[in-house]
Amino acid sequence: MTKKYTKDHEWVRIEGDVAVVGISNFAAEQLGDVVYVELPAIGKAVKQGADMAVVESAKAASDVYAPISGEIVAVNDALNGNPEKVNEGPEGDGWFVKIKVANASELEALMDEAAYADFAKA
Amino acid sequence: MGESTGPLKKLPLDALWRANEGGRGAKKFGDFAGYDMPLEFEGLIPEHNWTRTKAGLFDVSHMGPCFFALPKGHGLVGDEAHKAVAAIIEELVPGDIQGLKPGQVRYTTLLNKDGGCLDDLMIARPAEPGAAGDLYIVVNAGTKEQDFALIAQNAGARANLVRADDRCLLALQGPSAEAVARAVISDDLGAMTFMQVKRFDAFGRLTITRSGYTGEDGYEILVRAEQATALAQALLSHPDVKPIGLGARDSLRLEAGLCLYGHELDETISPIEADLAWIIQKRRRASADFPGAARILKELADKPARKRVGIRPLDRAPAREGVEIQSGGRKIGVVTSGGFSPILSAPISMGYVETAFATPGAKVDLIIRGTPRAAEITPLPFVPHRYKKG
Repeated sequence: MTKKYTKDHEWVRIEGDVAVVGISNFAAEQLGDVVYVELPAIGKAVKQGADMAVVESAKAASDVYAPISGEIVAVNDALNGNPEKVNEGPEGDGWFVKIKVANASELEALMDEAAYADFAKA
Repeated sequence: MGESTGPLKKLPLDALWRANEGGRGAKKFGDFAGYDMPLEFEGLIPEHNWTRTKAGLFDVSHMGPCFFALPKGHGLVGDEAHKAVAAIIEELVPGDIQGLKPGQVRYTTLLNKDGGCLDDLMIARPAEPGAAGDLYIVVNAGTKEQDFALIAQNAGARANLVRADDRCLLALQGPSAEAVARAVISDDLGAMTFMQVKRFDAFGRLTITRSGYTGEDGYEILVRAEQATALAQALLSHPDVKPIGLGARDSLRLEAGLCLYGHELDETISPIEADLAWIIQKRRRASADFPGAARILKELADKPARKRVGIRPLDRAPAREGVEIQSGGRKIGVVTSGGFSPILSAPISMGYVETAFATPGAKVDLIIRGTPRAAEITPLPFVPHRYKKG
């Protein structure tokens, strides 16, 4: 099971041909209290690096980018009523979407956990 | 507003806010009006809720306190001295400043000749008879240079403006503020009521108003920089007091429905449009002798074209500054401030709409990231004020 990270602080975990996507612990910490998450429609095609969702904290709205291209096959509906789940478990129950992966080689451009830990610290 | 060149100015209490003893230092600092300000300590929502339930201490030393006084040897006493200095400042504001009683504070706006707001400010008449002929004025951080210049220039030799923005201005806000202030500064602070001012011989000499920007009871305290650390530490040592950053200050004032200059007020917006008709007292309406009086009195009689309102989005998406307000697909206004209300646990906004829509219950659409979302015009404030009225 591979977990990779983007420079925009999204994480992606590959489960078969589906990628589970969310924002990193570091990103959630930086945002502070999440008060609203806007998720894409199921069936929407997304491109790596393009806007995919919006996360709003008490202070500001931030775009969330697709870490990998493909089709949205599931969204975490629990975030609609309970956006605080993003803070409670950003890399667990606070996942955003599942994407049916179009091109697995795109993962190669992303950072592994160790590289991301260094990146977030810098 | 207040864009700065060169390095940020440091607050006199900078070291105190950075000291992280017991994890109490500010987590985030940022530029506001050219000052390096503590934005966040524990987190916006916990800080906000603490202020609504206990007491928050805010460093607002970036603001512009000053004293405006008749020249030495003016020879006037009491009401006569006050009226003389008040008449000069009334040339710039629509409030009845001459009518202030000793120890009374008034909220008003500096106006341009078109009746637009150059700033919003507090003007106080000192309680002490020896200070008759003085006014204590506090203007906003981002506008203070031009405000001070305008006030001084307009006065000419008739009165002097003495800046006091080298001092610290601390705001103590929340239901515990009175108990804390009485314990730490003076028991006499209990006798003050909302919008009063008084001097206290403690921590050097303090000028304290019972006022604030949160909707809660509380005080704003002017203290000399060399005494400010001792005062702040004494207040913070009370178990009901925590330091609060500018982030929570903004969500608190938004819940309280209070204007933020540069957002709900600017040079094009009149006090009537801003729903601040109450700041223009009877005597000034009758005399019609303030800048932009023709426009302002006409708007008062005929209603303005647009009006400041509260807005409640009906779903969870916050509508922030700049969001377009529509009705039936037509633009009718714009959001000027918006965010999340911790007390209502819901998004709230303020903005301007065409006056026909400025009625509580009116349905509007907020265009958030291209999608119209239902919202309702609501009365302000969103959270009731809890001032200690006399």
